[in-house]
Amino acid sequence: MTTDPITENPGAPKSFNRFAIVLLVTLALLPPALFYSGNPFWLDVFTRLVILALAAVSLNLVLGYGGLVSFGHAAYLGLGAYAVGVPVYHATYGGFESIASYNGWVHLGLAIGVSALFALITGAICLRTRGVNFIMITMAFGQMVFYAIVSIETYGGDDGLTIDVRSEFPGISLDNPLTLYALCYLSLVAVLYLVHRITGSRFGMVLRGARANEQRMRAIGIDCYRYRLVAFVISGALCGYAGFLLGNFTTFISPEMMDWTRSGELMFIVILGGAAYLYGPIVGAIVFIILEEVLSGYTVYWHLPFGLLLIFSVLFLRGGLSGAMDKLTGRSQ
Amino acid sequence: MSGVALSIRNLHKSFGGVCATDDVSLDIAGGELHALIGPNGAGKTTLISQLSGLLPADRGTVIFNGRDITRLPAHEIALAGLARSFQITSIFADMSVLDNVAMAVQAQDGHSYRFWQPARKDKRLRQPAMEFLQRVGLADRASSLASAVSHGERRQLEIAMALATTPQMLLLDEPMAGMGPEESGRMIEIMQSLRGEKTILLVEHDMDAVFALADRITVLVYGRVIASGSPAEIRANADVRRAYLGEETDPC
Repeated sequence: MTTDPITENPGAPKSFNRFAIVLLVTLALLPPALFYSGNPFWLDVFTRLVILALAAVSLNLVLGYGGLVSFGHAAYLGLGAYAVGVPVYHATYGGFESIASYNGWVHLGLAIGVSALFALITGAICLRTRGVNFIMITMAFGQMVFYAIVSIETYGGDDGLTIDVRSEFPGISLDNPLTLYALCYLSLVAVLYLVHRITGSRFGMVLRGARANEQRMRAIGIDCYRYRLVAFVISGALCGYAGFLLGNFTTFISPEMMDWTRSGELMFIVILGGAAYLYGPIVGAIVFIILEEVLSGYTVYWHLPFGLLLIFSVLFLRGGLSGAMDKLTGRSQ
Repeated sequence: MSGVALSIRNLHKSFGGVCATDDVSLDIAGGELHALIGPNGAGKTTLISQLSGLLPADRGTVIFNGRDITRLPAHEIALAGLARSFQITSIFADMSVLDNVAMAVQAQDGHSYRFWQPARKDKRLRQPAMEFLQRVGLADRASSLASAVSHGERRQLEIAMALATTPQMLLLDEPMAGMGPEESGRMIEIMQSLRGEKTILLVEHDMDAVFALADRITVLVYGRVIASGSPAEIRANADVRRAYLGEETDPC
């Protein structure tokens, strides 16, 4: 096979993509098959998996491609879910007329809009710091949202709130678990494609360059700050969308969704799966869900093996599980 | 090109009690290849870093093409036409050689808020980038990973990246450091080819190269300019000889 030196990218993983397609096809076919064969419980597990993967893919845009370790991304999941719960609550029990609604488009707009705005405001501050400071300050903003929600009695404070009615869209009902799964799955595929296009674009090259060598970027005339901020906003908005799906899936919202440990789980998923890979977060989410389902049956300390696995992965598997798989498949060819 | 391209006036920078740049004033004419030499620790890289905006000066002014760039951030200085290379090679290691140059072309092109079209298939970036690689003799390494090419080739890549920002003036910080004779020879050829087309401020320890290339030479010792003139004048200068023979000069 001849390659064109003008467009070739030697840094890109090649053998892994086929595996990723197998993965996506499995996610499309297996859950409905399980559902029809009398295992609706597994459809729930897969719905949660796909939503987590979607949130992790959005985190990966800043973490993997931008090198920005955000420790506060659960806040966007929470904001997205509350963007469903709060309007529904007011539509049912009155008050806050301006946003009270069952309309799915209102929820969707709020989820994405509020998340993007929050990312813009906090990002503008966080991105002035680097390294550990960035990790801590993103976490601090995440916790700020957590405590703000805890303090609002109207929405149940600590206990959270049941969402009585799912987002209403003309023509489709999210009350049907298969429809909901289809929406989540198609959203994941769409967001994957979006992130793929973004990271390969001019903007994406700037984002990668900023991660690799910021000093060099400045020396060729690019101020990385604004590009990072835009990436942060895109990532926050996408994660808020994942939260919108999560709210419709669980029909229950609580501050616990945006606790810092949730942010840690998202980071775990991205890093274990392979941050440099487009499909890495999906691999990470699958491993996460499997471990959670299997281990939590044995012990309440099911987070411990997670930690050990993450340490092993960081020490020995460069590029996470995807990187390891890429190497294996690459060698066997 | 004619007239003064870069004018440094009373530039001063100290780190704690150490004067890295001590009242430096220097004019560099347009199209000139000006060499900056001096013993280790003379403050050459510090001076380059102030000129390129990566290090703020304490006092003094830098005028580039009649514009005061002293307080401009680094990326604006780069866009104003003053490009630099680094003493310690600074590239994007996990990208291809061509990607590296294409990034510099893109910076110059100024359209980086494009989110959809693949940058690696963008002929407006890749074609010019390839031409800059040809110019420094790296075209055959275009698709290699930047971290996989030899030290000398990475130095050439730095020059290509600096050229890709289409600067009027280049600040080259020891482009030949750590090179073998053959690689240095190629770098000298590259600089010969740029002579007259670009104004160049060259920091270099290889005296053969400096005296072969430079139109004018400035000698920096303990952050202070002790001599500035033609190669012949510098060769004959008693202060310069003393500095290079290692005699003590008063610190500031």
